[in-house]
Amino acid sequence: MNITTIITAIFLTIGCFFSVVAAIGVVRFPDFYSRMHPAGKNDTLGQTLILIGLIIYEGFSFVSIKLLLIIIFIFIANPTATHAIAKAAYLAGLKPWEKEEKK
Amino acid sequence: MFNIAAIAIVLAAFLILYRAIKGPMMYDRALAINIIGTKTVVILALIGFIYKRPHFLDIALVYALINFIATFAILKYIERDRLD
Repeated sequence: MNITTIITAIFLTIGCFFSVVAAIGVVRFPDFYSRMHPAGKNDTLGQTLILIGLIIYEGFSFVSIKLLLIIIFIFIANPTATHAIAKAAYLAGLKPWEKEEKK
Repeated sequence: MFNIAAIAIVLAAFLILYRAIKGPMMYDRALAINIIGTKTVVILALIGFIYKRPHFLDIALVYALINFIATFAILKYIERDRLD
């Protein structure tokens, strides 16, 4: 087992951790606006780490350039889509969640 | 190594499918569909490395583009009840 495989395994482990944590956050959070938080940031970071691990495993070739294109597009598109969903919900008049004892 | 990562991502996608089915509003469902689509991109890239076929990366790139457009199409349909 050489050093490249070990670094790839570390990146894949951290990326899978962030993806699973994002999924748990989307299921468990109480409000729509708080559910945007794991969806927008955590998920993007996890996928980017997994694809960086694949780039390190592959080395410099045509495949790694394709992977880099996928990373750049996801890094731009995923927060943009999340922001669009949040703005659509806000314009539709959805109120943010509050604690019950505050009222 | 790659197949274990793919299994973990599939389990995360199934967790989010719960939110897509149960979610109280349409916006929750749109958000869940967006996340499942972006996880599918990673699953496709991992499948290309598992079976040693790099052509799957083209499918992953096209799926990322389609997923981005689909989210906006769903939002526009929710907001205006039509797509023109």
